[in-house]
Amino acid sequence: MQTFDLSKDGLRALNSSLHALKGQTNMTAWEVINPKGAHAIAAGVDAPVEITVRGSTGYYCAGMNKQASIFIKGSAGPGVAENMMSGKVVIDGDASQYAGATGRGGLLVIKGNASSRCGISMKGIEIVVHGNIGHMSCFMAQSGSVVVLGDAGEALGDSLYEARLFVRGKVKSLGADCIEKEMRPEHYALLEDLLRRGEADHKAKPEQFRRYGSARKLYNFNIDNAAAY
Amino acid sequence: MCGIVGLFLKDASLEPKLGAMLADMLVTMTDRGPDSAGIAIYSGAGEGRAKLTVQSAHPGRDFANLDADLKDAIGTPVLMLIKDTHAVLEVPVAQLEAARSALTHLRPEVKVMSAGEGIEIFKEVGLPKDVAARFGIAKMGGTHGIGHTRMATESAVTTMGAHPFSTGNDQCLVHNGSLSNHNGVRRELKRLGMTFETENDTEVGAAFISHKLQSGDTLGHALEATLTDLDGFFTFVVGTKNGFGVVRDPIACKPAVMAETDQYVAFGSEYRALVNLPGIETARIWEPEPATVYFWER
Repeated sequence: MQTFDLSKDGLRALNSSLHALKGQTNMTAWEVINPKGAHAIAAGVDAPVEITVRGSTGYYCAGMNKQASIFIKGSAGPGVAENMMSGKVVIDGDASQYAGATGRGGLLVIKGNASSRCGISMKGIEIVVHGNIGHMSCFMAQSGSVVVLGDAGEALGDSLYEARLFVRGKVKSLGADCIEKEMRPEHYALLEDLLRRGEADHKAKPEQFRRYGSARKLYNFNIDNAAAY
Repeated sequence: MCGIVGLFLKDASLEPKLGAMLADMLVTMTDRGPDSAGIAIYSGAGEGRAKLTVQSAHPGRDFANLDADLKDAIGTPVLMLIKDTHAVLEVPVAQLEAARSALTHLRPEVKVMSAGEGIEIFKEVGLPKDVAARFGIAKMGGTHGIGHTRMATESAVTTMGAHPFSTGNDQCLVHNGSLSNHNGVRRELKRLGMTFETENDTEVGAAFISHKLQSGDTLGHALEATLTDLDGFFTFVVGTKNGFGVVRDPIACKPAVMAETDQYVAFGSEYRALVNLPGIETARIWEPEPATVYFWER
């Protein structure tokens, strides 16, 4: 276990040590203490390591993550796991705005609430939120899945492409071109797997969720709307 | 960007440390706004005295004998405390408006930063740590205060363009964001009798709230009205004689984190600003909801 005291050693030293780990490494367990809301903690890691951050983080923690499993033992500031490629990020507390934005892969688990714009423009990431998500979440979400055990804020899935959204609680409003869709057997199976990997299978069952997706009406230019432009 | 901090004390034993805690929070937010910084501290309200905090580009010239000159003009002794480019003039509450009006004749170039029973505002161009040191903020006590680090967008980097803006007695406002309809709202407020010192968008937000309060609205209603009448991006923190309020626009791009314990309520643009507060490890920490008004008053 490598323990890194951010208040002593500084962010650049931490991130350059983590960036130096290429592919396979024997230094697989890392602990970061005294994060105190610092920005960009463990951003840009590309190695199959486990990193535990003991406290709350600022902007862009675990951004662009590849392969690593990153555990935040507190809450996360804006842009956590932004553009994640693979690996896993688990947050014990809440996440601020645009958690998992533009993520292409990997699993993001938020055990508290996520605020606005969660999963905005996501492109393949899987996100499991144990609490609620804020307004404009999954805006222009292209692919991947989002599971929300609580409620969703205004304009969920506005201008959605092919991401799959599952919400157990209330949805304040759906965004343009986002509609409720039928739950088919493959969706129950997908949800069951996501709830298990998102450490939420003891809290919720797949049959409690509703599915939302794209009506696919914004995919192509509609000549009838020409006057609106 | 811009950084905002705020601290409302519930535990009187922390009051002597208010300035030190706020200054530390403010300096942590330097990355968000290195152009200028300002702080409003409330203390001593309800003791029959009022304070006029004034600023001058030529403090040596303008503050010389200012207390004696004011005493001659209003007929009661004036206590003056000079802090760098600012001076705090203390007068009986009943003489506050007389002192303010005498000042415009005695020292036409002096600017009034704030007036009221509790409020004192200090603001200047420069790094937050330098601004805090120039005014000795860390040594000040008080009941509550708000601070701002500025990254200018809508108007020039000047002392008067720095936050907090005060547009009514014991009222002030700091802002992260930018208002897009401030010219129209300013015209309307001028018609209603409000006066402005700058072309700054935030001053319009402050005057909008002051006008509502003057018209008899509660702080809660005044803050709610910003959601319908002001267009643009904003996280506002507002100080009054008795407390402070927070409101974010419905889109809520501008960050905000709050913490509450039995001892205080604290606001920061980022969690970083709060990490040195006592008991932060066990505080209730949350992000204020968009389009939702929060306020605390004693």
